[in-house]
Amino acid sequence: MQSRTVPQRGLNLEYAMWIFTRLSGLTMYILALVGIVAALAMGARTQMSMETLLRWTFMPNPNHVLNSDIPDVTLGWANAFWQIMSILMIFFAGTHGLNGVRTVLEDYIGNTWLRPLLRGLLFLIWLLMLVLGVYVVLAS
Amino acid sequence: MALKRHVGFFTGLKYKGGGPMWAWILHRFTGLSIAVFVGLHIIAGFLTQQFGSDAGIFINTIYENWIFQIFIFFCALFHVINGLRVIILDIWPALIEYQQEAIWLEWLVFLPIFGLAVFIIVTTGLSG
Repeated sequence: MQSRTVPQRGLNLEYAMWIFTRLSGLTMYILALVGIVAALAMGARTQMSMETLLRWTFMPNPNHVLNSDIPDVTLGWANAFWQIMSILMIFFAGTHGLNGVRTVLEDYIGNTWLRPLLRGLLFLIWLLMLVLGVYVVLAS
Repeated sequence: MALKRHVGFFTGLKYKGGGPMWAWILHRFTGLSIAVFVGLHIIAGFLTQQFGSDAGIFINTIYENWIFQIFIFFCALFHVINGLRVIILDIWPALIEYQQEAIWLEWLVFLPIFGLAVFIIVTTGLSG
C-alpha cells in the first residue's frame, strides 16, 4: 500500500485551497445574510413566498428562476450593488464547489495519470460556470 | 494506487465512526449534490435567459418542484451548518475535545429550522 506523499511546507495548492474553502464558507455566510436581511427589509416579509426568499438569499438576480414572483425588481434590486453581490456569490460558490468535487474525486483516484486530466476537466467546467453565471447576471 | 486499502465495502460499513463519521459522509454527499445542482442551475438559467430553451425550462421545472426543494434545502442547510462546525473547530483546535457535543448541537440547530421549513414547503406545496 502506497501512502500519500506529504507536500513540502509552505504555500502549496492543497494548503491554499484548504484555507480558501474555510474563508469562502464564511464569506458566503455573510453574502447570504446580507441578501436575506435586505430582501426582508425591501418587502419580502409580506410579498415573497419562502422558497423565493431562499433563492433570493443565495442569488439576488431576477432572471435565474422562471416563476419567481419578485416584487419591484426594477426598483430595489436591479442595480450594480446586487449584481456585484451575485457575481461574488457565483465566484465563491463555484470555486468552493468545484474544489470540493476535486477533493472528493482525488481521494478515490489517487496520484495516477487520471489526475491531471481530471484537474484540467474540472478547471474548464469551473471556468464555464463562472463565465455563464456572470453573463446571466450582467445581461439581466 | 491509493485505493488498495484491503477493506471490503461491507467491512467498511461496519466501521462505527458514529456522529462525526456520518457528518463527514453527509457533508460530502450534500456538497456534491449542491455542486451538481448549482452547475445545472447556472446552465439552465443561461439557456432560459438567452434562448428560452426547452432544456432550461425542463431543468428549472424540476428545481421548482416542492419535493425537490425539500431535498435541496436539506443539502444546503446541512452543508452550511456542518461547514460552520468544521470551520469553528479548525480555527480553535482545542475545541476538538468537544467534537461529539458539537455534533449534537449541530443537529439541535438543524432539526427545528429544517422541520419548520419542510412544514411550510409541504403546506404551500399541497395547497397549490
